[in-house]
Amino acid sequence: MDKRVENAKAACEGIESNMTLMLGGFGLCGIPENCITELVKKNVNGLTCISNNAGVDDFGLGLLLQKKQIKKMISSYVGENDEFERQMLSGELEVDLIPQGSLAARCYAGGAGMPAFFTPAGFGTEVGEGKEVRWFNGKPHLLESALTADFAIVKAWKGDRFGNLIYKGTARNFNPMMAMAGRITIAEVEELVEPGELDPNFIHTPGVFVQRIFQGKDYEKRIEQRTIRQRES
Amino acid sequence: MLSKDQIAQRIAQELQNNWYVNLGIGIPTLIANHVPKDVNVVFQSENGILGMGPFPYEGEEDADLINAGKQTITAMPGAVIFDSATSFAMIRGQHINLTVLGAMEVSDQGDIANWKIPGRMVKGMGGAMDLVASAENIIVAMMHTNKRGQSKLLRQCSLPLTGVKCVKKVVTNLAVLDITDKGFKLLERAPGVTVEEIEKATAGRLIVEGDIPEMEL
Repeated sequence: MDKRVENAKAACEGIESNMTLMLGGFGLCGIPENCITELVKKNVNGLTCISNNAGVDDFGLGLLLQKKQIKKMISSYVGENDEFERQMLSGELEVDLIPQGSLAARCYAGGAGMPAFFTPAGFGTEVGEGKEVRWFNGKPHLLESALTADFAIVKAWKGDRFGNLIYKGTARNFNPMMAMAGRITIAEVEELVEPGELDPNFIHTPGVFVQRIFQGKDYEKRIEQRTIRQRES
Repeated sequence: MLSKDQIAQRIAQELQNNWYVNLGIGIPTLIANHVPKDVNVVFQSENGILGMGPFPYEGEEDADLINAGKQTITAMPGAVIFDSATSFAMIRGQHINLTVLGAMEVSDQGDIANWKIPGRMVKGMGGAMDLVASAENIIVAMMHTNKRGQSKLLRQCSLPLTGVKCVKKVVTNLAVLDITDKGFKLLERAPGVTVEEIEKATAGRLIVEGDIPEMEL
């Protein structure tokens, strides 16, 4: 089994305008930088993007927003991107804001073949409007549906040609659930290794969820909020 | 009147040994600096870490190790990293003992609003809706009034809600209050602040019973 493709261009083959994409990452941490650059080049538009955040003005999904390639965002938090807020408030961009835990669970459900589930998050708020409510253990819960995507694009630290993936640090975040929920899942990795090099006990995403894998390059890994403490003298 | 850091200091007194604690963005983040020496707590950040440590020293920042506020952090010995679904399983499944978060408004029934100002500011709820819907123990850290001097402790929230009837305790720059069936119950005053000043700054129902002690920091 060999799921390797040459580069981001080959990996993104078949992505067309008006498709639904999932993109892993939390803020700028663990985002598929190479594929985002490729999507900008490819100039596909009308995209629906499912991603926890929308990048910053000049990096991450912000690059697609700048070029107005995104029609709709499904996210939980978008506070770091002025262009996003402008497009949303002016009505140019459709936005579906959903609670972060529900977003994670909806992606997981989509990948795991469960069409819907109940969660307490959002009951009594705008998020609950129009949704079925059912009481369990004396508490109200909302019926939330699964999410899937035409393509899921994830970023991992190491991977092999079977598509097995290991993430590093908090760059894991939404990547494992989104990897499960793509009809086609693309994994870009920092290091492509030989089968057997990854310890089977410590693989985060089993390769069965991944269809294409390539070793990315020139990772910038931009830090959004560089915070440090002073050394005690 | 308390500074933001002193609000954090007061909330840190609520921490109990062996608790797992989720701290929201803003004032709650400062609580980590004030954990009492004899209390051991493990901090969760909902992007996927238990055992979050202090900010790194200069030169040791790691782009792959951040908290939910997107700040660079460190991991304590015994820390564990996981995906977002697992993170919210901990939250939704009530495995986290205390949640502290900020708010734009709180009602005297424990409703909270902190994610949206229609037509003006829409940042999103992030993990806040999941946290407030499930947590057993929620403390809100906030300023008592807004920049125009209007109360943020209301009879009803005017902004879109994050959660209903969920907040248990509020610590502000003026007071510590419990939320009861009959409204905000005043427990402590900030140093130098009178009961009258707190009454004036509180738009929701306020219960004042007996002498209200000054908080100790």
